[in-house]
Amino acid sequence: MSARLAARFAALKAEGRAALVAYLMAGDPDIATSLAVMDAAIRAGADILEIGFPFTDPSADGPSVQRAGERALAAGNGLPAALWIALTLRERHPEIPLILMGYTNPVECLGAEVFAARAAQAGLDGVILVDLPPEEDAPVRLALAERGLAMIRLATPTTDGPRLTRILDGAAGFLYYVAVAGVTGAQAAAPDTAQAALQAIRARTDLPIALGFGVRTPEAAALFAGFADGVVVGSALVDAVGAGPAQTAPDRVGKLVNALADAVRTARLC
Amino acid sequence: MMDFSTNWPANAASAPNWADWPDARGRFGDFGGRYVAETLMPLVLSLEQAYAEAKADPAFTREMDGFLRDYVGRPSPLYFAERLTAHHGGAQIYFKRDELNHTGAHKINNCLGQILLAKRMGKTRIIAETGAGQHGVASATVAARLGLPCIVYMGAVDVERQKPNVFRMRLLGAEVRPVTAGAATLKDAMNEAMRDWVTNVADTFYCIGTVAGPHPYPMLVRDFQSVIGREARAQILDRVGRLPDVAMACVGGGSNAIGLFHPFLADTQVRLIGVEAAGDGLETDRHAAALTGGSPGVLHGNRTYLLQTQDGQIRDAHSISAGLDYPGVGPEHAWLKEIGRAQYCSATDQEALEAFQLCARLEGILPALEPAHALARVGEIARELGRDGIVLMNLCGRGDKDVFTIADALGEKLA
Repeated sequence: MSARLAARFAALKAEGRAALVAYLMAGDPDIATSLAVMDAAIRAGADILEIGFPFTDPSADGPSVQRAGERALAAGNGLPAALWIALTLRERHPEIPLILMGYTNPVECLGAEVFAARAAQAGLDGVILVDLPPEEDAPVRLALAERGLAMIRLATPTTDGPRLTRILDGAAGFLYYVAVAGVTGAQAAAPDTAQAALQAIRARTDLPIALGFGVRTPEAAALFAGFADGVVVGSALVDAVGAGPAQTAPDRVGKLVNALADAVRTARLC
Repeated sequence: MMDFSTNWPANAASAPNWADWPDARGRFGDFGGRYVAETLMPLVLSLEQAYAEAKADPAFTREMDGFLRDYVGRPSPLYFAERLTAHHGGAQIYFKRDELNHTGAHKINNCLGQILLAKRMGKTRIIAETGAGQHGVASATVAARLGLPCIVYMGAVDVERQKPNVFRMRLLGAEVRPVTAGAATLKDAMNEAMRDWVTNVADTFYCIGTVAGPHPYPMLVRDFQSVIGREARAQILDRVGRLPDVAMACVGGGSNAIGLFHPFLADTQVRLIGVEAAGDGLETDRHAAALTGGSPGVLHGNRTYLLQTQDGQIRDAHSISAGLDYPGVGPEHAWLKEIGRAQYCSATDQEALEAFQLCARLEGILPALEPAHALARVGEIARELGRDGIVLMNLCGRGDKDVFTIADALGEKLA
């Protein structure tokens, strides 16, 4: 239910801080490890979890997420594995907003209604499909909305005024601001331009705005947490999963999430 | 073997107005559309607008026509394949000789249109994807001629098996970037080109080589390739005084086929037949026949027929012809198949090789392995039509690029 999203953002606003949004790839390198990794990320302080599902042709992702997807696919994991992981996490963590993120074709393959039903059943709160712009998202968006799930829309550095109108018409949950024109994890986002862009968007919507793409370190997370409602860290976490043996992946990810969570919690205090 | 004997449509009143497609959303029926990252949406929308303006500007058409005539060498000839006709003992077989174009294939028709458009839009950097290297060579050629830098993404596997074309691109001043992600073939090259485009939004024009990608690309590429069918239609009317019974072409992404078919769509007495690559056979996992062996899905910006698993993961394609080695197909073909206006069949690697050799010996033409797939089906269609019939086939590329592949398949070693 996207109500969980609204509750979480409201609570964090009352606390006077931004949300740490952690992205991890479902099934990377296997289902048990990725479940343990995501569990560790939640326990270490992630406020919202984005569960990536792999696709063979991730044309908007940089090398880190590409490789994570390849590892997951090599183990036979796709959208069904991601839905199962979401369901399991939901049983353990009733409050945390869970967002599913990936590409359109595996969803298209199930059909909008079946997909939305399974997403709701898995306890998800929202869905991001990176190659499904507002022009094409109606079937999935409406099927999700009927079950209380949000289709999360994206705004980017190429978004101008008229385009923003199109994006906001039907937007729900939160707005995902892609801070760099580029693929995930490639370049560092520039804080000044991002802050100006967020100000312009805030003038047009009350939706919380989470900023992602190009945030890798606690320092960068703190910087963006100073003005965004949420900061998404993905590639750095996914790299931590792949950086050593699978058994110790939850430790590696937990430590990094801990540092990121600390940075986000103290960002507006200094 | 499929049944080609029925004309379309059974009820002529149901014929759509072909010029109206795609619709304003870039749809051909349920196919097409714009499935791209939000960062790219403003770019595809501005491309659509720039193309509409260019199309309405006589100066753009004049410039394009001038290059097509003096640089590409159009119109390409219509050729009566007399010995092949006699060999098959059926309908008269005509070739549209697009393999005689500058750079040796139909690809340059589209590159010229897109890169002229890029210049008009003030873009200063061209990127392209390539499989066999024909679109890469054509892009590098036109970019050189128009004075723009060109970067070509090519799967590392294809870089290895198409070395002569890689060198040609470099000679033309292009930078060839090998792509190692995924299966390291055409679809992965396309992913990498999209990653480049989303990173370099201000100055870069993505020159897509086939009738795929997000709207307006399938329309744009079709329009630029339709010169093939327009010329062929006029030439055959002029030569034999009537339209052909069948117009046929090979289909990978489908740009040469749509270029031939489109000007014939309203001539409903002309049967349109596309031939896909069956690789080792449709019954195996190793083929590239999205229309005859795939199912609808979303890839590279559009909804179309794809080779995919039950869970919607894209399967690797296989064909002896690198130019047909793609797991998708242009959305307009998906639509033409669905409404029955065009029919699609396939030919295996082995059948294409045999057709290649037959054409070489009977007509003194080395066809590319891509149109060799269409050649593999032309005989049975000619026989079915009988001696009064006329088959028009697009010979969309020449086979010089394939001699190493063919030598390898025939068990011969070239130095």
